[in-house]
Amino acid sequence: MAELQLKGVEKTYGNGFKAVHGINLDVQEGEFMVLVGPSGCAKSTTLRMIAGLETVTGGEIRIGDNVVNDLVPGKRGIAMVFQNYALYPHMKVRRNLGFGLQLRGKPKDEIATATGEVSEILEIEKLLDRLPKQLSGGQAQRVAVGRALIKHPDVFLFDEPLSNLDAKLRAAMRVRITDLHKRLKAEGRPATVVYVTHDQVEAMTMGDRICVMKDGHIMQVADPVTLYERPANAFVAGFIGMPEMNLVPVVLTRGLGAQVTLDGQTIDAGDELARRLYCQDGPVTLGIRPQHLGVVPAGSPNSLTGTVTNIEFMGHEVNLHAKVGNAAFVAVVPSEAFDRATQRGDKVGLTVSGGHAHVFDVSSGENVSLRGQLN
Amino acid sequence: MAAITDIPVRKGSEPPTAIELKHRRKALRSSILRYSLLTIVGLIMIYPLIWLVGASFKTNAEMFSSAGFWPKNPTISGYIEGWQTSTPYTFGRFFVNTMWIIIPKTIGTAISCTLVAYGFARFEFPGKKFLFMTVIATLLLPNVVTRIPQYLLFRDIGWLDSFLPLWVPSALAGDAFFVFMVIQFLRAIPRDMEEAARVDGATTLQTLIYIVVPMLMPALISVCLFQFMWTMNDFLGPLIYISSVEKYPVSLALKLSIDTTEAFAWNQILAMSVLALAPSLIVFFMAQKYFIEGISSGGVKG
Ligand SMILES: Nc1ncnc2c1ncn2[C@@H]1O[C@H](COP(=O)(O)OP(=O)(O)OP(=O)(O)O)[C@@H](O)[C@H]1O
Ligand SMILES: [Mg+2]
Repeated sequence: MAELQLKGVEKTYGNGFKAVHGINLDVQEGEFMVLVGPSGCAKSTTLRMIAGLETVTGGEIRIGDNVVNDLVPGKRGIAMVFQNYALYPHMKVRRNLGFGLQLRGKPKDEIATATGEVSEILEIEKLLDRLPKQLSGGQAQRVAVGRALIKHPDVFLFDEPLSNLDAKLRAAMRVRITDLHKRLKAEGRPATVVYVTHDQVEAMTMGDRICVMKDGHIMQVADPVTLYERPANAFVAGFIGMPEMNLVPVVLTRGLGAQVTLDGQTIDAGDELARRLYCQDGPVTLGIRPQHLGVVPAGSPNSLTGTVTNIEFMGHEVNLHAKVGNAAFVAVVPSEAFDRATQRGDKVGLTVSGGHAHVFDVSSGENVSLRGQLN
Repeated sequence: MAAITDIPVRKGSEPPTAIELKHRRKALRSSILRYSLLTIVGLIMIYPLIWLVGASFKTNAEMFSSAGFWPKNPTISGYIEGWQTSTPYTFGRFFVNTMWIIIPKTIGTAISCTLVAYGFARFEFPGKKFLFMTVIATLLLPNVVTRIPQYLLFRDIGWLDSFLPLWVPSALAGDAFFVFMVIQFLRAIPRDMEEAARVDGATTLQTLIYIVVPMLMPALISVCLFQFMWTMNDFLGPLIYISSVEKYPVSLALKLSIDTTEAFAWNQILAMSVLALAPSLIVFFMAQKYFIEGISSGGVKG
């Protein structure tokens, strides 16, 4: 129940490797913040610095009003859920849950009450007298969450807690954790959460806000909708969304609308895009989500003509892969709207609706089409 | 051992073909040969032990007159007289002395090794590499080299003819082998549990006691067992440092009977040897399960 602040936090490992490059992040009290990014982008490192399991080599971490840089983990008011649960293998579930309280010298009956309460919330009452090795992955995960919950920490830290579970269980646990977060808020003891994942579905569905990281830098911090609709740069645009956003190099010229030229073909992406732009004409990266790429018969007006390279039938929709010159596109088309006769090697037309297109600077990757509001 | 099962037995009613039968016969023959050979070699290796037990029930006169291990006139006089000894003490006294050496030494070893290994395996500190190399170097150093300086040292402190020279080095993690063994075992245990304990608010020492030691148990049991057996069998250590008979452990006492009696009472010596074997055997069988787990699972603890 406290705010968490990272100010210019850096981490240089003992071997001289700089993993975190001065990141700033404010997590509000009661907020569910997700750290997401590709493997090796220092999500875990950041989380472990917040937890106190790694030293902070630069900057400042605050929890509530305290600078916690030099506090041991146990004194920071945090609780952590580890990827592989890290339950104490030789202790029964009951003792696993109560261990933290026991160390704080809490009386036995208080521990018992707290254990009962937590195990009821997480539906692990029946497991209390088992050893961790007698639990399934999902059960162990719930115990691990319980072990964090029982301490009423100011800040909850999760490091990829669901990555060892199968898809179904993962979906169920996702709901359970968000429900728990809402429930705590409703009960008037909101929990500040920092949740690390590399799974964008988890990030999008669970986070109040999402912090996208890359190579020890923060790329964008925003709520899921903003992140999806107004990605700050090409990296975020490509990272969030399934399948990935098409990012292709084009040449931009502005006349009446915004003309983009690719492989000798020029189409107009519309006024709407032109109004949002704040960049020079010339080479840029055009970003368009597969869902927003229109597929029309080859040669239709204002379309790019490409060659079909692959067709993936997904059930309710079809992923159509096509190439225009060297640029590869993916379009997601609803099954019923898809022409089943289409084959590999066929020519198709691709249309770009400017309302959903983004333009990124070639060198910095910055989104230069964010002026005004997207619709 | 898989020889017979190696040959796939066909399911169904088809009778085995001639080739299959031939293969099976061959497999059977080869496994009979193998097992016979193993049994013979095994017997040869264990025969001295069997003979020892058998001979301890022989009379002294029969000892060398027949080569077989089965006593013609079984007697337990060897045990009775052996127990009495030629000294003012019974053999029981020597067993107590042995335990007096072993138990503090084993406990000291377990505690000190855990502390040192935990330090090496889990913490970064200046000079760690050098110190670790030193530990490993003492592992490679032949014992003999340090005997004399050690003897002089303990003489100067005035610890001769006491158990201290036997206890103290071990209680200060002097047995590098054990330290090394525990370190290897610890390295294979993921750190997450310890980190979880730290997040739960445990101090370093609490983490060690509540989390690390329980997980180390198999390794520690192996350490204790090795130390128990080696100390039980240690002859040179007590020989150098212990001079009064009342403090003799079993290993020295056995030799005592050879020295002092005019005609060697072999049956007594053998009888007491059998007794001297007993504690190690009992302890080993009691802890066998953990012992095997301890030496073999260093690398695969998940
Ligand atoms: N102890 C260490 N010493 C040196 N470098 C390290 C250490 N731990 C991690 N790193 C490096 O720091 C970077 C960030 O690692 P980190 O574990 O934080 O990544 P991550 O974002 O959690 O990745 P993943 O999604 O794979 O868990 C990586 O390049 C990694 O190689
Ligand atoms: Mg990680």
